[in-house]
Amino acid sequence: MKSGSLRNAFSGARSSLVALGSSIGGIFIALIICAGLLLITGKDPLRAYSKILETGLDGQKLLEMLKRATPLMLSATAVAVGFKLNLFNIGVEGQYLFAALIAAEMGTHVSLPAPVHVAFILLVAMVAGAAWASIAALLKVVRGVNEVISTIMLNFIALSFIQWLFENFFRDDSDGGLNVKTTVLARSARMPDLVAGRLNAMFLVALLAVAVYWVVIFKSRFGFQLRASGLNPNAARTSGIPAKRMAVTALLISGSIAGLVAMPYVLGEAFAYGPNATPTQLGFAGIAVALLGRNHPVGIIGAALLFGFLDSTSAELQLSGVPSSIVKVIQAIIVLTVVIVNEASMRMFNKRTAERTAAKLKTASFPI
Amino acid sequence: MARPDGRFRRLLLLGTNIDLDLKVSELGVGQRQRVEILKVLYRGANILILDEPTAVLVPQEVDELFINLRQLVTQGATVLFISHKLDEVLAVSDRITVMRHGTTVATVVPSEVHRLTLAELMVGSDLPAPTARVIAIGKNERLVVRDLTLIVEGKKSPVQNVSFAVYEGEIVGIAGVEGNGQFELCAAILGLEKSTGVVEVCGRDMTHSSTRERLDAGIAYIPFDRHREGLMLNSSLWENALLGREERFSHALLINRSAAKQACREIIERFDVMTPSDTVPAFVLSGGNQQKLVVGRSLSVGPSVLIAAHPTRGIDVGAQAAIWDEIRIARDNGMAVLLVSADLEEILALSDRILIIFDGRISAELAPEDADPQILGTFMTGGRVSLLTMVKPAVGVSAAQDL
Repeated sequence: MKSGSLRNAFSGARSSLVALGSSIGGIFIALIICAGLLLITGKDPLRAYSKILETGLDGQKLLEMLKRATPLMLSATAVAVGFKLNLFNIGVEGQYLFAALIAAEMGTHVSLPAPVHVAFILLVAMVAGAAWASIAALLKVVRGVNEVISTIMLNFIALSFIQWLFENFFRDDSDGGLNVKTTVLARSARMPDLVAGRLNAMFLVALLAVAVYWVVIFKSRFGFQLRASGLNPNAARTSGIPAKRMAVTALLISGSIAGLVAMPYVLGEAFAYGPNATPTQLGFAGIAVALLGRNHPVGIIGAALLFGFLDSTSAELQLSGVPSSIVKVIQAIIVLTVVIVNEASMRMFNKRTAERTAAKLKTASFPI
Repeated sequence: MARPDGRFRRLLLLGTNIDLDLKVSELGVGQRQRVEILKVLYRGANILILDEPTAVLVPQEVDELFINLRQLVTQGATVLFISHKLDEVLAVSDRITVMRHGTTVATVVPSEVHRLTLAELMVGSDLPAPTARVIAIGKNERLVVRDLTLIVEGKKSPVQNVSFAVYEGEIVGIAGVEGNGQFELCAAILGLEKSTGVVEVCGRDMTHSSTRERLDAGIAYIPFDRHREGLMLNSSLWENALLGREERFSHALLINRSAAKQACREIIERFDVMTPSDTVPAFVLSGGNQQKLVVGRSLSVGPSVLIAAHPTRGIDVGAQAAIWDEIRIARDNGMAVLLVSADLEEILALSDRILIIFDGRISAELAPEDADPQILGTFMTGGRVSLLTMVKPAVGVSAAQDL
């Protein structure tokens, strides 16, 4: 019994290992499938892959990887909070763009010392993101509207609303040129660079957000209640965990993290919000990253870095005759294969654990 | 819409007169059921299996259904009619097969069997004698339910005007065939479903309180279905043991993992849960051991009121005996226990008082020593009993007077 209980004490760690191993396995399967696709289209897969590695592993490109991973970590974390409660927040896209505009604009109306100014804008962004998410939360608990439907529709509403706000109130043409933006933020509102011009401190903020996610969801009482409500809603409700309050809180947290997604650009590059200065689609990419990372903090960071790595190479690939779209294809196939391989191996692992335990308890002698 | 062809027209002769252009949503429950039957007949079914077909029908509709079934049978159809209502079974069947605990007990012909015999067959004649209890029942009402009625829209309420009280140190058994409102009654007491009426826990009116507040006031719940309402099967045992107790095992908003694990190991030890460790996921345990964990979790909070719904369903005898002992010990320590079970052996083994639930109402109240299989069976299947000397009707229910 002794050695058995010791071995089983690590069953949690073992299941993490299975998850990690199967993820890496899934990535390899994805690369093989992509190689097949490249062959079919008449390209040399080995050349494409070596080109990706060659460009990506360059020092400058590694910084680019971290830079590109930053918003992905944030949006994936935002999505993951919802997933933990079986809520699918597809609205990160609308939430972060709305937050970006509001935060950039609000930031120009205050004058504060540097660190406080930055913190103020981050806070406004979080509140604005949560505010936009609160519409979906409200619809869900008051009218029972499925958040998938409402957040998708709110994305479109957000885009139009932002455009209207921007064109009518916040647009600043004093700068001239084609790249219209909100009023440029004061120097005090600029996120310091970690590597001048390459990577700003939002990278650390993103890591911090993932760490906070880890503590809140996996270590706190609220997180336990949230996960329980996701794992078995009936059991959670029966044990007195209020389902509606959980749904509202999860969506608000998700929205507030989503609010930060565009901050690397608002505070670190454009110093303003602008239709062309603020990248879109990061909310949707976050869904893929969260899926790939299995909503686990370490997984999210790993998946964001992988996506960031692939993204960082895509421009160079085009120049060397490898279609840059291959990067998007690889990303998509990786998500699919990893999710499938993960799920299959977790099931196998669970089945084996159950069988082993049953066998062990049968051989041990118990007084009944 | 295509007009009904000849076959359909013949079917319509079955005493039904449904306007074929109506939408099903516009029909009454009885008519909907007829549509359902028509549908299977239209597809050419010769054997009809009807599972509790009268549950949603009013008496006139039941009569009509029976006439229809008779007609179908004369036309050569075979009907398998599943019901726990004795009068219906006796009225409609050519042959009756009684099932109990998943096996057939007897097959009889209605004309040759008395309904009391049938009732006895249903519940079993070899029920154990109720066990004598040592400690007297206390005087304090721990759980009071008054006029509890579930609020449901558009349907008959599954729980209607249920009233009872459970005293400290008392086990009140609620016996009934499954699907007579037991589940909904528990849900209403816990505040999981909206209801009218009053629920008091330890003298405090909890009618408008949330589930968590009711649990905090002293209720513990062993749910009907440990998989559906009790456990997170993919989570570790210690996390499962923590569910509902997370406020006790957290400090500064964070879960105190080592204390929670320690508490789980205490449950494992005391309730003899056979498991390699407290970190294995719940799905690896056998049903009996899962149930022991659920029971242990409920009892470990030191509740004043325990609602135990099918506490030993689907588990082995050893685990059953252990759980029964735990419930008795809890009772002896002054806990008020509401035991909901379809297993009469369990009801008789534990209860100090037996309430019978039928069709969402408490139809009778018995002392365990008065409960013989015939009486129990008759009440549980909606019949009336003429044994006035033995039966005290429950308050507000005219069970015995209707003779």
